[in-house]
Amino acid sequence: MPEAMPASLHVPEPMARPGHKSDYSNLQFSHAGEVRRPPHDATPDGVRDLAYSLIRVLDDGGAAKGPWAPALDAGALRSGLRAMQKTRAYDARMMRMQRQGQTSFYMQCTGEEAIACGFQAAIEKGDMNFPTYRQQGLLIAQDWPVVDMMCQVLSNEKDRMKGRQLPVFYSSPEAGFFSISGNLGTQFVQAVGWAMASAIRGDSRIAAAWIGDGATAESDFHAALVFASVYRPPVVLNVVNNQWAISTNQIIAGGEYATFAARAHGYAIPALRVDGNDYLAVYAATNWAVTRARQGLGPTLVEWVTYRAAPHSTSDDPSKYRPKDDQQAWPLGDPIDRLKRHLISLGEWSEARHVQLSAEMEEEIAAAAQEARGYGTLHEGPKSSPATIFEDVYKDMPRHLREQRQQMGY
Amino acid sequence: MARRTMIEAIRDAMDVMMERDDRVVVFGQDVGFFGGVFRCTEGLQKKYGSARCFDTPVSETGIVGVAVGMAAYGLRPVSEIQFADYMYPAYDQIVSEAARLRFRSAGDFTAPLVVRMPCGGGIFGAQTHSQSPEALFTHVAGLKTVIPSNPHDAKGLLIAAIEDDDPVIFLEPKRLYNGPFNGHHDRPIVPWSKHELGETPDGHYTLPIGQAAVRRVGSAVTVIAYGTMVHVAETAVEETGVDAEIIDLRSLVPLDIDTIVASVCKTGRCVVVHEATRTSGFGAELAAEIQERCFYHLEAPVRRVTGWDTPYPHAQEWDYFPGPDRVGRALLQALEG
Repeated sequence: MPEAMPASLHVPEPMARPGHKSDYSNLQFSHAGEVRRPPHDATPDGVRDLAYSLIRVLDDGGAAKGPWAPALDAGALRSGLRAMQKTRAYDARMMRMQRQGQTSFYMQCTGEEAIACGFQAAIEKGDMNFPTYRQQGLLIAQDWPVVDMMCQVLSNEKDRMKGRQLPVFYSSPEAGFFSISGNLGTQFVQAVGWAMASAIRGDSRIAAAWIGDGATAESDFHAALVFASVYRPPVVLNVVNNQWAISTNQIIAGGEYATFAARAHGYAIPALRVDGNDYLAVYAATNWAVTRARQGLGPTLVEWVTYRAAPHSTSDDPSKYRPKDDQQAWPLGDPIDRLKRHLISLGEWSEARHVQLSAEMEEEIAAAAQEARGYGTLHEGPKSSPATIFEDVYKDMPRHLREQRQQMGY
Repeated sequence: MARRTMIEAIRDAMDVMMERDDRVVVFGQDVGFFGGVFRCTEGLQKKYGSARCFDTPVSETGIVGVAVGMAAYGLRPVSEIQFADYMYPAYDQIVSEAARLRFRSAGDFTAPLVVRMPCGGGIFGAQTHSQSPEALFTHVAGLKTVIPSNPHDAKGLLIAAIEDDDPVIFLEPKRLYNGPFNGHHDRPIVPWSKHELGETPDGHYTLPIGQAAVRRVGSAVTVIAYGTMVHVAETAVEETGVDAEIIDLRSLVPLDIDTIVASVCKTGRCVVVHEATRTSGFGAELAAEIQERCFYHLEAPVRRVTGWDTPYPHAQEWDYFPGPDRVGRALLQALEG
């Protein structure tokens, strides 16, 4: 018997910190077109390998390869590109408005646009997303009015949330976008409940749960998986692994020796691990999971491998905890560049047209921002009356809240 | 009309609502085939099928989390937490999600759900099967907290809770399930069949959430209680011969402050009774409201009789439980000033 050793605590460290060269040699990687595409009714056991490989369609040259390449026409591809470019322009403008003091806070999804935009393109009206704060692309990809989103960010008089929520915590039943919570992970199990309700009612609508790599450590994630495993409701369980939870690398969420996709195996839930910076792979994998849900085949977990190119929020400074050129070293590139290259390789796009698109999106967003500012900003102009904070606490205002509203002076 | 135990009344409320409204679904640990560890859901799965009444994994986070999603979808989930002592893993889903969903989405999404949970001691359940966590809910904006003291109220209030468009925490004093416990643990158990409030109408009826009941009219002192302690207070009043007015709150939020104020202004004295621990308990809220609203009518300090500020013990259960003797002493002290 080997001699016992004193225990020592293993605290994982990312491969590189500021001042070091980025190193992604540990990223489990596959080449475009390399990963097989099983039938929708594959058993969880029959797709175990897909939790460790990386489904990719677009290669570095912009060619679409392999069995996952979706049958999307050039029009659909261009509309995906437009949605991503618009999301990026939206983020940039909102970021600037926060810096100008027009709101308190903002969160960009830079580098992750393909996931929300590609996902939204593959689901249907009536389906319900339970998003995190980094899926604004779900709204933009369905052409939800950006003025409405901006008014929420600015907490002004046209903010449908009446100035109650932090910026980016959107809500819209019509858009299939569940109200965002700031308590991480809570929505993941709620999505399973929504899908269970759909199944109880014999409905055809499906739910989509969203969570980040960091929040998979929350108990809600595990509760969601066990409930999804038991009742097999029509839900797609999305884990967006963007490598970073503020300054905490995904290895502190358990990603050092296991993929997040592989967690589904213990629950007999099929799982895919997908290149989240590849619009075509996102669309194809979503389609696979959604088809399963609609055919009564139950839940699917999808790990989207991506990179949070921007700071966590306007209150964050990533230069303190990761190398400066980390994004350039990220092996999966930029989702907009990759789809652009693909369209160009098809002869359906050009650099000049892209410059034009980019300018158009900036113009559209700037015009929307001007309109939204006209309805007020956090610190200037009209906003919901303070008396409104007593509304919607309950459906009917109870006496003690009426009294407190009077004490406030209303 | 029929005499029902509290268990039968609660089951009947769910039965009535499942029959009337196919959006009502009932679930929790052991509630399906087995019918619940306290039998409150017995027969419901057989009658309505396993898609309407089913067992869940042992995960309070999951039970309330899926309830929020189902309610947002448009169902009327009635979930059971097996013991109130087990609700802590679900607290985030209750406090941060169910309670605030309507507010944070400005009414876009709502969570009309009921979380039922047996509470209170008196069954030798020790520190994990005896707690009364009502103040942890009354402190949360957006929740309604209901706690009945008898089968008649339990059925009417549970139906009202299921029909309510806001999330309702429905606390069921487990020592009352089978009879109106008067606090004397060493005396024979009295069944609900011998108590007039065991009489429950058949079919559908509701009691408004937020309305207290005056259980005894009196002029010397007001006793404010809820759940098990209503019966303990009645016993203490009988045994001391004090002409007390006994108010059964039935709902803590919303609170029937009018009934409280009218009574305390009349009697000038007040004893607040609950089984939960004392510090920051709901009694503190009641005492504060009473001194703000009735100060010039008060002849004596508002007194509290509560559980001690310790975990609920096993062997020393009856030293912990605020029984009729402690309540009686407080009544006499309140009369002295």
